[in-house]
Amino acid sequence: MATPATPGAAYVRLASGPVLPPPPLSRGAIAWMRANLFSSPLSSAITLALAALGLWTLPPLFLWATVHAVWSAPDGALCRAHQDGACWAFVAQKLDYLRYGSYPVAERWRVDAVEMVGGALIVWLLWTGAPRRGLGAVLFFLGFPVLAFVLLRGADSLGLPVVDTLLWGGVFVSLVTALVGIVFSLPLGVLLALGRRSSLPIVRAASVVFIEFVRGVPFITVLYMANNMLPLFLPPGWVPDRFVPPLVGTALFAAAYMAEEVRGGLQSLDKGQYEGAMALGLGYWRMMGLIVLPQALTLVIPGLVNNFIGLFKDTTLVAIVGMTDFLAAMDNAFKDTVWSGPTILPTGYVFAGLFYFVFCYAMSRYSAAMERRLAVGRRG
Amino acid sequence: MEHPIWFTVLVNRLLAKPALALLGALAFRFWARRRQASSGERAPVALVAILAIVGLPTLAYFAAGEPIGFSLAKLSGFNLSGGLQLYPEFAALTFGLVTYTAGFIAEIVRAGVLAVPHGQSEAARALGLHRSLTMKLVVVPQAMRLIIPPLTSQYLNIIKNSSLAVFVGYPDLVLIFAGTVLNQTHAAVQVMAITMAVYLAISLSVAFALNLFNARNALKER
Amino acid sequence: MAADEGNAIEFVDVHKWYGAFHVLRAVNLTVGRGERIVVCGPSGSGKSTLIRCVNRLEEHQRGTIRVDGVELTADIKRIDEVRREVGMVFQQFNLFPHLTILENCTLAPIWVRKTPKREAEELAMKLLARVKIPEQALKYPGQLSGGQQQRVAIARALCMNPKIMLFDEPTSALDPEMVKEVLDTMTALAQDGMTMIVVTHEMGFARKVADRVVFMDQGEIVEINAPAEFFANPRHERTRLFLSQILR
Repeated sequence: MATPATPGAAYVRLASGPVLPPPPLSRGAIAWMRANLFSSPLSSAITLALAALGLWTLPPLFLWATVHAVWSAPDGALCRAHQDGACWAFVAQKLDYLRYGSYPVAERWRVDAVEMVGGALIVWLLWTGAPRRGLGAVLFFLGFPVLAFVLLRGADSLGLPVVDTLLWGGVFVSLVTALVGIVFSLPLGVLLALGRRSSLPIVRAASVVFIEFVRGVPFITVLYMANNMLPLFLPPGWVPDRFVPPLVGTALFAAAYMAEEVRGGLQSLDKGQYEGAMALGLGYWRMMGLIVLPQALTLVIPGLVNNFIGLFKDTTLVAIVGMTDFLAAMDNAFKDTVWSGPTILPTGYVFAGLFYFVFCYAMSRYSAAMERRLAVGRRG
Repeated sequence: MEHPIWFTVLVNRLLAKPALALLGALAFRFWARRRQASSGERAPVALVAILAIVGLPTLAYFAAGEPIGFSLAKLSGFNLSGGLQLYPEFAALTFGLVTYTAGFIAEIVRAGVLAVPHGQSEAARALGLHRSLTMKLVVVPQAMRLIIPPLTSQYLNIIKNSSLAVFVGYPDLVLIFAGTVLNQTHAAVQVMAITMAVYLAISLSVAFALNLFNARNALKER
Repeated sequence: MAADEGNAIEFVDVHKWYGAFHVLRAVNLTVGRGERIVVCGPSGSGKSTLIRCVNRLEEHQRGTIRVDGVELTADIKRIDEVRREVGMVFQQFNLFPHLTILENCTLAPIWVRKTPKREAEELAMKLLARVKIPEQALKYPGQLSGGQQQRVAIARALCMNPKIMLFDEPTSALDPEMVKEVLDTMTALAQDGMTMIVVTHEMGFARKVADRVVFMDQGEIVEINAPAEFFANPRHERTRLFLSQILR
């Protein structure tokens, strides 16, 4: 019987060969490194250069943040004595101020309540396995703003002392700004997106002008404009609370970006969906509400979450118009002379960076997970 | 040291002009392309271009006897004198903007390159093209289609984020005009309108130019 | 055993794993110059992997593969040399959508073989005429039908003047009415004496064109025979099972 090593020869296999495990060097960590980190001379050189850079910068950073750091102290003396380490004691002492600003201590439970309810509603909305998410959406977009307003601001008739927005500060101001931004910008953005696709020329023109205008100017100028011009739009005598203009500005700014995302979703939805709904005799709004928007919005959830991440980071800009957000609270905390020292500023900013990083990273992981799910559903 | 006339003319009029070097590099590239089309031999265009644009003026500089001195910043009293002084705020703004946007642009470019079907680079490799030629001729041109629209957004973001100079005290348009001038004149509507109009004008021009570039990169379909 | 310079391709005890999955098991195969081999088998049998190892789009972990006398190793320079002499046609055509048909064909000769542009274009037009679509030269791939695109892919591979042509299920992604035009092109190519390995399910083509048919299953070569014998008297029971499913 000729082997297949002879050209032109016939061959029949007599016995099946064994199934073998792969050779050791082609699996596992070493193989991965050879394939990904050292696959060519250039690749190896870059790997070594990055490793050198890492060795040069990371150990001192790690030591600064952990081993040499001052973890607890009543004032800045210990931190001033240990200048080669972070002063986490400062952050620990100031944590309440960073969370609540100057909100009266006795009323801080209200802030906690709002944060917990908001968090629960968001988890309900975002967790894909949760039941009756439509109800959750209604509660979040309609009920929660009212609840938050009443609780945070207070109402004498309900026995909750009014807390002026001058006292609000810190993390919860950043969260409120971001949440208001998304709660109000999403419906408004949907309306703008529908308007942009409308066949009525005035509606379409107005939507386009608004969206392009808002996307073409910096957020700061929108805040300035809201701050300076909102009083002009209101009836005389009506002085808006200092928090209202930045909230309005944030909502309008975010609405334009949401509108573009939603428009992308509306465009990529199969035309057949529109046609099927119209063939059934559904009116415009029923078609949009029941068929088109639920699908389009699900399609663009990753994009929406991306916008939210950007919005969350942009909330620091409300400091420019007088509200004390998290970063502004941090800046105020720096001014405390009890703690002043050379390590305070780096520590504070590293902590702020970590705070934003944790939030944004969590959101981006969620967005990536959603994208994977959607890709599976749409494959093929 | 006296130089002969022809030497002075050569250095001053030809070698010392970076613009001429740039033109020369472009001409070389044009000539190299034509030579490749006719004979198939490739010339090292990138290397020659760098040598011309950087090397020739440097050569002129040394040949002319280092006529330009560098004024280095020196500490005099409590301040610096001489040298080219950057506002530290400008450095902060630039560093912040660049590192921040670079991360976004890296993700955009990565998504664009990964989106080019793997079969394209396989076909190019199967034809015998090097990795670098595959990237240059096959992958990158296709990736550009996906990269340019989000890249446009990022460039617009840089332009708008420069307004954050107000936070670091760098005197840019927003700080000077919408801050100081607004406070002094209280002409809120006019000041805001002008500021926004300036940003709009810049943004729209950049977006328009990049959209034109994007349209040129589109694929031709049936 | 001394390397036989006369053989186009030699597989000697080749093993390949994808992670822990043993996809090629003890593959031994020799393809002589001018031989036309058709590889068939159920999906997952490793037939695509086999031919992708020939131009090192896939790497084998054990054993030796020699192409045109050159052993395939990690040496990139030699790999590129081998790839110049081996042309490949893919199931998904993989034409470059941002270039015209003519540019698709002249890209590799210009940039790899350093052919002057005019010569490359003349060669490309000659080969486009050979696959019977010279009039499409200035169109873009997106403007052509599937069958036309695959014929362009064949012409593109031929522009490098390869000694060996590999076909990875070239007609599987085509509408039925376009399969014939591509198979006719491949038949003409075979009749001109090209060494070919074709992975396909088109048994009519195998009967007409192949010198030998190779049947693979679960990573092993199970049976090899001349097409007449192979289809009439399959000797291994796995071959019989496969043929009974394919030929209805």
